[in-house]
Amino acid sequence: MSTTLRKSVTPWLFTLPALACIVFILIVPVLSGVRLSFFEYAMRDFAAGRDPVFIGLDNFRILFSSANFQASIRVTLVFVSSVVVFELLLGLILALLMEGGIKGLRLFRTLFILPIMIAPVVVGLIWRFMYHPSFGILNYFLLRLGLDPIPWLHSSEWALRSVIIADVWQWTPFVFLILLAGLQGVSKDLIEAGIVDGCSYLQNLFFVKLPSIASIIAVAAILRLIDAFRSLVVIYVMTYGGPGVSTEVMSLHLYKTAFMAQRLGRAAAIAVILLAILIALSSVLVVRTLRTERK
Amino acid sequence: MKSRTRKQILTGLRYLAIITGAVVVLFPIYLMLTTSLKPRVAAFAIPPEWTFVPTLSSYATVLFDDNFLRFFSNSVQVALGATVGSVLIAALAAYGIVRFRFKGSQVFVGGTLVLKMIPEVILVVPVFLLWNAFGLINTRIGLILVYVALNLAFNIWIIRAFMMEVPRELEQSAEIDGCSELTIFSRIIMPLIAPGLSVAAIFTFRLAWNEFVLSLALTNRFTRTLPVAVSMYITDVGVQWGPITAIATVIALPAFIFTFLAARSLISGLTAGAVKG
Repeated sequence: MSTTLRKSVTPWLFTLPALACIVFILIVPVLSGVRLSFFEYAMRDFAAGRDPVFIGLDNFRILFSSANFQASIRVTLVFVSSVVVFELLLGLILALLMEGGIKGLRLFRTLFILPIMIAPVVVGLIWRFMYHPSFGILNYFLLRLGLDPIPWLHSSEWALRSVIIADVWQWTPFVFLILLAGLQGVSKDLIEAGIVDGCSYLQNLFFVKLPSIASIIAVAAILRLIDAFRSLVVIYVMTYGGPGVSTEVMSLHLYKTAFMAQRLGRAAAIAVILLAILIALSSVLVVRTLRTERK
Repeated sequence: MKSRTRKQILTGLRYLAIITGAVVVLFPIYLMLTTSLKPRVAAFAIPPEWTFVPTLSSYATVLFDDNFLRFFSNSVQVALGATVGSVLIAALAAYGIVRFRFKGSQVFVGGTLVLKMIPEVILVVPVFLLWNAFGLINTRIGLILVYVALNLAFNIWIIRAFMMEVPRELEQSAEIDGCSELTIFSRIIMPLIAPGLSVAAIFTFRLAWNEFVLSLALTNRFTRTLPVAVSMYITDVGVQWGPITAIATVIALPAFIFTFLAARSLISGLTAGAVKG
């Protein structure tokens, strides 16, 4: 009796600490955030110990009619779609150049991890340094080439592009690593069969290689989409959302709503919207992974 | 003959493209390192001084600053605490899932995948309020707890993959010898999956060491970590690029160390779930 009891309790004992952490530090806060999104609650209410006031969907209604929130959605969509497209394209090109073993491949792969590992704060600082209007290295290069300097972070026209460039710099290596691993898994026989049949490089690429890594490209795209929607720190350090709101992505808008405008309830509503987007994106991934698990 | 020269040209172009890529990737990092080693005036010089006598004066400025030492020590404590806690708890959970295959373990696995994508910024407001209520605000332990939880999903995922490779017979024979589950776990399983543990440890350390938003909201000037501290040095007027790049380099140091010591584990961690799963 006691052994069967022990047998049924033991697995739970092993998973209990993890379960407790996940429930109390992730799930409870997320749910309480969802609840808070239906309340009016400002930082001063919190400081004075007043209770949140239930206002139904008003936070969401206000958000969707707010010009700043609409702007942040637009900025986010431009940012996310641009970085994903550029990173996939450049990552794929790099992976194609390096598959089939080049000299020093291991060294290149190692060096390419660096931008991914470095703290976002540091990435933001380095790029802010390079973008500096008067002593930034990029404008110096432009001058040397006889071109006009660019107001990288100081014009609303250029700031978003500059932020996108920094993200592409940091995350293209990630896409490259995934796609390279994918390409190296493509069956050699398949490619050789293509060559024997007289396929050109491009025919081989479009009819053999790309179709065989299509699902890996899709996963890389989703992983980058999820991360790009979450991206905040590099932008915080480089522009703090400015000039104006030209680089204020949703996650930054959330942070500012909570700690600058000090509207905690409304910030929670933005969090709910962001969470909905991310759950939709990651459910694609979960379904796929559970399917391959079962095999 | 003609096709051979064509092939050589193509190979040359290929290497040219690859080297250009490598230069673009490395140049910003190179610039940070060299700026941190330049004398104060040279850091701002335009045209840039490509050759210069390296000096540690920026590092000296930073290191003799009491605040920096406090933030550095906070960062070390938080990152190590989160790493040990998260890896240990994840290893226990992974063992529970792999060995006992109890009802709901599939749900657990799917659930951890969803949890992986929760962004820090969504947690900021609720955790800020909760930690205030529990007296965990502005404490290092409060920050450690969030980082432990944030990386659990990934750690369970990685460690579980390594545990599934351990032959079942090994555990069964230990069980016959009278070992308890906890002994089997700590004496047999843990040493065998050391590579998996190190991948989990590196990625947890990376999160806790690099993280910015939660640290910004949940700490004060006594418990702040380095990434938040360095962001406070910048104002557009009179930026001290020497000291800033020096601190930035210190923050990036673990990244350099991990990259050159454990590139293989890093790649397997980064591509986990994308390539194999």
